[in-house]
Amino acid sequence: MVRTGIIGVGKMGISHLAILGAHPDVSVVGVCDSSKMVTDAIGKYSPFPCYADYKKMLDEAKPDAVVVSVPTKYHAPMVRELLEKNIHVFSEKPFCLTPEEGSPLVDLARKNKLVNQVGYHNKFVGTFREVKRILESNLLGEIYHFTGEAYGPVVVKPKQDTWRSSAGEGGGCLMDYASHVIDLINYLLAPVSSVKASLLKSIHSKEVEDAVYALLELSNKVSGVLSVNWSDETHRKMSTSVTIMGKKGKIISDANELKVFFKDEAPAEYSKGWNVKYVTDLTDPVHFYLRGEEYSAQMDHFIAAVQGKIPNHLNNFESAWHTDQAIKLIKNAQH
Amino acid sequence: MERILFGDNQFFAVNHISDEKSRAQSIRFKDDSAILQTLDISRDNGVQTFMCTTHDRIANICDAIRANPEKYKGYKIFPCMPYAHKYANAVTELGIAGTLKQYVPGNFIGSMFKGGVAFLSKDYLSIMELLIDAEMKMFKGIDTPVIFLQNVITDLLLGLGMKDILIAFHTYVAKKYQAEAGFITMNMPMLLDVLENGGVKNPIICSSINKVGFRMSGGKELYEKTLRTRQFRAIAMQVLAGGAISPKEALEYVCNLPNVESILFGASSRANIQETVRLINQFDQSRADMILN
Repeated sequence: MVRTGIIGVGKMGISHLAILGAHPDVSVVGVCDSSKMVTDAIGKYSPFPCYADYKKMLDEAKPDAVVVSVPTKYHAPMVRELLEKNIHVFSEKPFCLTPEEGSPLVDLARKNKLVNQVGYHNKFVGTFREVKRILESNLLGEIYHFTGEAYGPVVVKPKQDTWRSSAGEGGGCLMDYASHVIDLINYLLAPVSSVKASLLKSIHSKEVEDAVYALLELSNKVSGVLSVNWSDETHRKMSTSVTIMGKKGKIISDANELKVFFKDEAPAEYSKGWNVKYVTDLTDPVHFYLRGEEYSAQMDHFIAAVQGKIPNHLNNFESAWHTDQAIKLIKNAQH
Repeated sequence: MERILFGDNQFFAVNHISDEKSRAQSIRFKDDSAILQTLDISRDNGVQTFMCTTHDRIANICDAIRANPEKYKGYKIFPCMPYAHKYANAVTELGIAGTLKQYVPGNFIGSMFKGGVAFLSKDYLSIMELLIDAEMKMFKGIDTPVIFLQNVITDLLLGLGMKDILIAFHTYVAKKYQAEAGFITMNMPMLLDVLENGGVKNPIICSSINKVGFRMSGGKELYEKTLRTRQFRAIAMQVLAGGAISPKEALEYVCNLPNVESILFGASSRANIQETVRLINQFDQSRADMILN
């Protein structure tokens, strides 16, 4: 059993905790949150020991691994402390407020040989995994353009008062929402290396942007468009998609449906012309389901890596650092 | 419960395989009259129960049902609460405490925060009861013999090990609304264990049950074994697995499983509604004939 603790049980944390609670290889040894109301409820009804102070939790519960799901501004100091105590870390996204904050943590995790993962769950979505597989077949020919998009109804009216509306704490559409799409592009194609232009627009928010539009160039010189808006209430929930243009084909994929066109040769299970696959055909079953297979799958991945069963390649700090770097480039490229 | 229950995903752009279809559904069901017309088609085909989320727009449907008591005589609604995206979006915007302040009626939460009222277990269950009452308001005067907890909440509580709250939901719904509690889940075998251990006998559990094993956590074999060997009232949903298999093949599988009391499905067009009902009746009939012979 992996002795696991969690710091922060807000919207993502509570879901991680439920997934850990149901995991056959995990023993939840400590739950920490600054809200007394939340820890009292968990303490009263759940079998998990609760703490208000995470340092106390680390000392008393002695976890092997900790999930960090607190506002982004706390990630760097907490993750450092955990790594110094030789604890494996799963951190929520984005990794840090700046790439400068994250860089020494990438090194420290490597030096101390600790499993490190960040919660970019799209890499565990069946359709996007299949996009990666198709791209690796090279049958789309030379890739020359991409579009990465996400739309959803997070901020649909002026009033709000959480850390997500504060730029200094890691709020705003770029860090909180667009980071998912940037990370997906980094993974599927190559890391963003320069930003030709960007527009960060406030729609309802006063302090932060609600939409991000940017022209990106990747390290392999492929260029494309990023278009993300979290004030779009025509979507019921976050809807992320990628379009990838190659000289011999094209992919359009979201989390549910993958459409791919092959001009000439197609890989096995596909044919020339349009092909459509659904996430129902591309999803591996999980032991416990909450909100989407990808959330359980990413936690399974982390726990299996801690147990030494699989390598720690997917979604590690280093890959999340590339996303932080792209976020910085987008901020700096505003016109 | 009736053999066939009509669902509401199509009305609220919930489509598990295509964002494009979601948008088309949003446009198609923009007006409440389109929802009512589709419900009429399902009623014409003999489906007398509508199982729906507590979405704001359902309040308008309830108004229409109340306004036409003769037309809707014998019609039942199975409410499923809460409409999760309302709360999920609110939590992103307002935090957990802020969301409770916004949605729990009256001054209860405000006074808890301000007065530092002791956080006794009773208070949490009272919050749950107030939330249930708030969600049930729109159904006043309508026959709601089964009231469901949505899977996102059922499964969250299941993972958190909060079995007392699941059981309190069951108890409160019976006491206040003289209704049976139902639980929607993506983790049916695990939930059944917890409910049984908590003393809930023969619970109503609605879960994904389909030929391809989609969203059947723990595996298709375990689900089939649970249906064969355990006592509970099963409702099969997502029987078409998001459209991955043909309706005929999908429904034949579900109709031939033991112990599935009801089948939940949603559809937009008259042809699809007719065909689904026809297929279920046909497979049920051939199974009955087989047992008799």
